Amino acid sequence: MSTHILKRLLDRLRDGGPPVRTDGGTAAAGSETAGGDSDVGSALSSLRESDAVRSAPFWLPPFLLMGFFVYGAISWNIVISLTDFGGLTLPTYDPSTFDLEMYRRAFSDGQFWIATRNTFVLLISFTGLSLAGGLGLAILVDRGIRFENWFRTVYLLPFSLSFVVTAVFWRWMYNFDSGLINAFLRGIGLDFVASKWLTGSIDTGALGAIPLVPDTFYFKLFAVIFALLWQFSGYAMVVYLAGLRAIPNDQYEAARVDGASILRMYRRVILPQLRASTVSAAVVLMVFALKAFDFLYVLFGSNPGPTADILSTMMYRQAFSANEWAYGSAIAVVLFVVALTVVAPYLYGEYRRGEL
Amino acid sequence: MSVRDDLAERVGVDLEAIDPLRVALYATLVGLVVFYLSPLESGLMTALKTEAEFATSPPFVPPTVEGFTLEPFGVAIDTLSSAILNSIMLAVPATVLSALFGSFAAYGLTNFEWRGQLGVVALFIAGIFIPYQAVLIPLSRLWAIVDTQELLAPLLDITVFSAQVPVLGTVELATHPHYASIINLIITHTAYGIPITTLLFRGYYKKLSTEMLEAARLDGAGAFTVYRRIVLPLSMPMFAVTLIYQFTQVWNDLLFALIIIPSGSGPAAVATIALNELTGGIIQTFNTQMAGAFVAALPTLLVYVLFGDKFAKGVAGGT
Repeated sequence: MSTHILKRLLDRLRDGGPPVRTDGGTAAAGSETAGGDSDVGSALSSLRESDAVRSAPFWLPPFLLMGFFVYGAISWNIVISLTDFGGLTLPTYDPSTFDLEMYRRAFSDGQFWIATRNTFVLLISFTGLSLAGGLGLAILVDRGIRFENWFRTVYLLPFSLSFVVTAVFWRWMYNFDSGLINAFLRGIGLDFVASKWLTGSIDTGALGAIPLVPDTFYFKLFAVIFALLWQFSGYAMVVYLAGLRAIPNDQYEAARVDGASILRMYRRVILPQLRASTVSAAVVLMVFALKAFDFLYVLFGSNPGPTADILSTMMYRQAFSANEWAYGSAIAVVLFVVALTVVAPYLYGEYRRGEL
Repeated sequence: MSVRDDLAERVGVDLEAIDPLRVALYATLVGLVVFYLSPLESGLMTALKTEAEFATSPPFVPPTVEGFTLEPFGVAIDTLSSAILNSIMLAVPATVLSALFGSFAAYGLTNFEWRGQLGVVALFIAGIFIPYQAVLIPLSRLWAIVDTQELLAPLLDITVFSAQVPVLGTVELATHPHYASIINLIITHTAYGIPITTLLFRGYYKKLSTEMLEAARLDGAGAFTVYRRIVLPLSMPMFAVTLIYQFTQVWNDLLFALIIIPSGSGPAAVATIALNELTGGIIQTFNTQMAGAFVAALPTLLVYVLFGDKFAKGVAGGT
C-alpha cells in the first residue's frame, strides 16, 4: 500500500520537473501587475488572467521569500566573486572595479585543481557505488520476502541521521586501536590490512589534522565514500524499489514462461525499465555529494588535507577561516556551475517528458 | 496431486520454505541488517562502557557488569540539553512555516491555470538542487547587516512566565537575546525548505479532483474558501509527510548553523553544533562521544522509528 503511494509520488516528481525557463520571471511579473488594478478592467479580463491574479496571494509570498534567499543570494554571491572583498573591510560594490581576478586566481591555484579532482572522484564513485548498492538492496527486498517493511526500515535508517551524527559514529568505526572495522579485520586474521583509515595523519581534534604520511591510495577519500555509501544506499533503494513496483507483474511472468534465468530476466527485462529511477536517484545523490561538507567538516575540520579536500570544504575554508571572501565566492560559483550542469539537463528532460 | 505436494504432505514440511535460494536470500538480508546497524550497535555499546572497558573489549560486545556505566549519557545530556532545546525551538517553527508556505505555493501553482506557471514552478524546483555553498557568503553578510537583535529588542529579555513551583523552585520562561540568532536560522531554513515542500504538495494537489474544485468555485467560493474548506483538510496526510521529512532535514543541518550563529557556539548553539564541539574536543573520550551522538540524534531517531513510512514517502517524493 505504502509503496503504491511511493510510486505515485515518484511519478509526480518526474512530471513536476520542468526546466528553468528564462521567461518564467517575466511571466510572474506580468501577472503581478495584472493583480494591481483590481477595478472593472480586470473583471473583464480573460479567465486565464484572473486565475493568475487569484492564485498570486498563494504562490507569490513564498516565491518572494524563497526567491530572495535562493536566487537573490546566488546573484549576490556572483557579484561578491567579482570584487576584492577580503579580511575585515566591507565589500565595495562599484561596478568599475569588478574583474575576474578571483577566477584567474582559482585556475592557477594548485589546491583548487586538487579539490576539483577530489570533488569529481567523490561525485562519480559515490554516486555509482550508491546506485549499485541501492539497486542490489531493492532487488533483494523486492523478492517477495517476509518482514519486508522491517528490512526496508533498517536499510533506510542511516539516511535519517545527521551527517554530524554519522561522522561521529564512523570516526569510532575507523579508530585504529579499537574501531569495529579493524576489530573485524583482525578477527578474520587480516591484521595487516588494519589501517589508520581516516589518516595518513593524526587527528588532534580541535587543532585539526596533521599529516603524517603522504596518502597515495585515496584511503581517506574512500573511507569517507564507504561511510557515505552506508548512509545513502538506503535512499537509492527506496527510489529503485518504487521503480521496480511500477513494472507490471506480467512482464516477470512472461520472462519466467520464456524460461529466462533470474539473472537474465533482470538484465534484459527489468534493468532497462529502471532508467528513469536511475537518473532521478543519480541527480539527487550527486547533489548530496556536493553537500558532503558537513561530514568532512566533522571528521577533519575545515582542512581535510589534499587527499580529501573537495570544493565545498575549500570554499568554506577560504571564506570563513581565511576571510578570503571574494575568493570563496568564486569557488562557490564554480561549485554552483558544476551543480547546474548536473541538474539543468535533468530538469529539462523531465519537462520534455511531462510535455510529451 | 503432484508428487511434490504429496511428499510435502508426508514429510510435513513446506518444501518452498527450505529452498536453498531462499535461505541464501534471507542470510544476505540479515547480513546487510548487521552491516547497517553495526555502527549504531557498537556506538551504543561503547556509550555504556567505562573508559577502561571500551579500550580493552571489542566495540560490539556489550559491557560487563563492572564495565557498565551511564555516566557518558549523563555528561552528554548535561552538555547537550540546552542545545537540544534550541534545536527544538528552531526545527518546529521552521518546519511548520515551510510546510505551510509550500502548501500555499503548490495550491497557487497547481490548482489554477495561467501562462508562465511552469516557469515559476521550475524556479521553485531548481531551488531544491542548489549547493548551499553558493549562498553562504551572502547569508553571512545578510545576517550581519540585518540586526534582528536590535529589531526585536523590545521583545527580547522579557520574562514570559515565572512561577514558584514546589520542589522545582522558580520556573521561569524568558526570552533571551540569543534567540535573535535562532530567529535568523528559522527564517533561513523556512526559505530554503520551501522548494522541497512545494514539490511534495504539488505532487499531491495534482491528484485532487478538478471537478470538485470547479464545483466549489461555481458555487461562488473564492480561492481562499476553496483552500480552507477543501484543499487544506484534504492535505493533512501530505502535511504529515512533509512535516516529518522537513523536521529531520532542519534538525540535521550543520552548515547554516555554522554560518548564522555568531562564533558557532555559545547559548544559541543547536544540537549539531554542540555535538560537533563535544566530540571535537581533545579531552572527550569515545564513550562520551557515542552517548552524545545518540542524545543529539534521539529526536530524529524517534521520528524515524515512529513514522518511518511517512519519512520514506518524503524521501521518494522529494530531496
